[in-house]
Amino acid sequence: MLEIKNLHAEVEGKKILKGLNLSIQPGEVHAIMGPNGSGKSTLAQVLAGRNEYDVTEGEVIYNGLDLLEMEPESRARSGVFLAFQYPVEIPGVNSTYFLKAAFNEVRKHRGEPELDALDFLSLVKEKMKVLELPQSLLNRPVNEGFSGGEKKRNEIFQMAVLEPKLAILDETDSGLDIDALRLVAEGVNKLKRPDNSQLIITHYQRLLDYIVPDFVHVLYDGKIIKTGGKLLALDLEERGYDWLLEDYRAQCLNGHPSLAGAK
Amino acid sequence: MSCRTSTADPVPRADAAFLAAYEQLEQRDAMAPSWLVALRRAGNAHFGELGFPTTEDEEWRFTNVAPIAALPTHSAVKRDVGFDELERFTFGQMPVHRLVFVDGCFSSKLSSPDLGNEALEIYSLKIAMLSGVDWVRKHLGKYARTDENAFVALNTSMLEDGAAIRIKSKQRITLPIHLLFVSTSDQAGATSHPRVLILAERGCDAHILESYESLTEGSTLTNAVTEIAMEEESRLEHCRLQQESTKSYHVGTVQAHQSRSSNLVTHSISMGAKIARVNINPVLNAEGCECVMNGLYVVDGDQLVDHHTAIHHAKPRCNSHEFYHGILDGKAQGVFNGKIFVRPEAQKTDAKQTNRNLLLSDEASIQTKPQLEIFADDVKCTHGATVGQLQEEAVFYLRARGIGKEAARRMLVHAFASDIINRISIEPVRAELDQIMFDLFEREPGE
Repeated sequence: MLEIKNLHAEVEGKKILKGLNLSIQPGEVHAIMGPNGSGKSTLAQVLAGRNEYDVTEGEVIYNGLDLLEMEPESRARSGVFLAFQYPVEIPGVNSTYFLKAAFNEVRKHRGEPELDALDFLSLVKEKMKVLELPQSLLNRPVNEGFSGGEKKRNEIFQMAVLEPKLAILDETDSGLDIDALRLVAEGVNKLKRPDNSQLIITHYQRLLDYIVPDFVHVLYDGKIIKTGGKLLALDLEERGYDWLLEDYRAQCLNGHPSLAGAK
Repeated sequence: MSCRTSTADPVPRADAAFLAAYEQLEQRDAMAPSWLVALRRAGNAHFGELGFPTTEDEEWRFTNVAPIAALPTHSAVKRDVGFDELERFTFGQMPVHRLVFVDGCFSSKLSSPDLGNEALEIYSLKIAMLSGVDWVRKHLGKYARTDENAFVALNTSMLEDGAAIRIKSKQRITLPIHLLFVSTSDQAGATSHPRVLILAERGCDAHILESYESLTEGSTLTNAVTEIAMEEESRLEHCRLQQESTKSYHVGTVQAHQSRSSNLVTHSISMGAKIARVNINPVLNAEGCECVMNGLYVVDGDQLVDHHTAIHHAKPRCNSHEFYHGILDGKAQGVFNGKIFVRPEAQKTDAKQTNRNLLLSDEASIQTKPQLEIFADDVKCTHGATVGQLQEEAVFYLRARGIGKEAARRMLVHAFASDIINRISIEPVRAELDQIMFDLFEREPGE
């Protein structure tokens, strides 16, 4: 599904990703954790195609395609979805209109016929129930005046409609109360299929109580410094990051910079 | 005025044709009642003194009206217009109380039959003036001052036709009243000076649409003045749409006078004309008034569009909120000047002004200037103006959902326009205007 090899990226001359490797197979759920400033959101933005980030080295292969060569819209159409950490408010663009346009772009790309307004609306209403979003949201401008929780749920709702192959959730849990968190997690879990994958970026473990990952990676200083199973997340919750970071620094001093992050 | 020729200027004034047109009207219209003759005469005297403004005049710094002054002004040759020609105009098929004006003259044939009822009086201004309708005589010319603005003076000197609307006390009029002004001439200088008087009586509620359209491409001039008198607790929504031919010239003034606890919402949408200047001046003349002013200008090519708004907070506890958006492409020029006057006694004033502009080409330009003159100390006044391109974050958000770069940009430009259109409360009006914006910005070529 996704193969990230030795990815280096910088923004405004500041190196942020420094040789990141990651391999995701169909059906897998991966979580990336790490302290603030480790490069988590940069990874999400680079994968979605934000051009403020310069990739200086490495490659990303997505289902046999050179992802870094693709425009953001081509990535989205071929099934890459980023749930934004900070969804953008777009005054004047009606939510239904926007989502229908996006949905039909994906359908067109897959060679499927576009849905008309009525069929689309019934599909959308079905998906809304799962996330317990009010239908009035459909008539409002995209994200405008939404509460923090509504914005995050709206991202997952869009994901439900667009049915991506690779969903990247960038700190989707931040700013959510426990009920909203549960709804979002249920929504994400319902979308899990053997042929799609999820990459969950989070600072805290609590989302992973609801979305159980197959792999947990710790990102630090632009590299993955540890990979483990779901228990690693619990470990981190209990012990914090410091013990890992100390191990990592010690390895660096000894000239063995980590297992996963090495070239 | 009669001794004008004996002053013997060696070079005739640039606006000589306009002064001559007044004299012709005075001779032609022998039936005019004396109060009207006096009103016109005062207008003409002021116009004679003021003359057309130049760019030396602060109010006209960026809008050079020399091409208007040089027009061979004349009344358009009468032309028979059919219903089928009106249908294509915006709001042309909407259920409304409709008054149609062909080159400034009321057409009963094209207007709704049975205008007016127990809740509403609607006249062609000509008939109202000739038959001496009391309230018309009382209010006409009382608000739009002829000693400050040459175009208002000119319109007043040429007062002949237009609309007079009285919404009676406590009446709620659900069907919009639509005034459609059509210019038909392709002759340079064909001129109309339509005048509208709206009297909103105590506690009434109504919606009024004014639209200005052209049937052909001509260097015509429309110089319109609307006076709005609002009594206590009245509510009025006024939507002004200007989409005359891009060869034409358009000047319009809306002068509103608000009484206690009245609520006025104005929308000015300006898309047409080679040079368009719109002045909107509400006077909040009693406590508890509210005034919302929305505006959208969309221009391209070598068009120039200029909005000058002036809100006068004369009394305490009034609110005014102003939102203007501009979209400029090609070599188009825009001007926005928003004045807010807060007089010493107008404490607890809440005034907010926002002007945002999108420049879609390198050669398009905008001059935007807030002008706040505040003489009270306990007030809340804010203003903000932006000029720029589309928000890149929003473009990326749309692209990250699969919408192509160009489509995303088009969608956002349309949205920028919709943000103003959506403030109109009348659903069919909103829908029709939004369709215009969609066709303009989002429809793909050849679709």
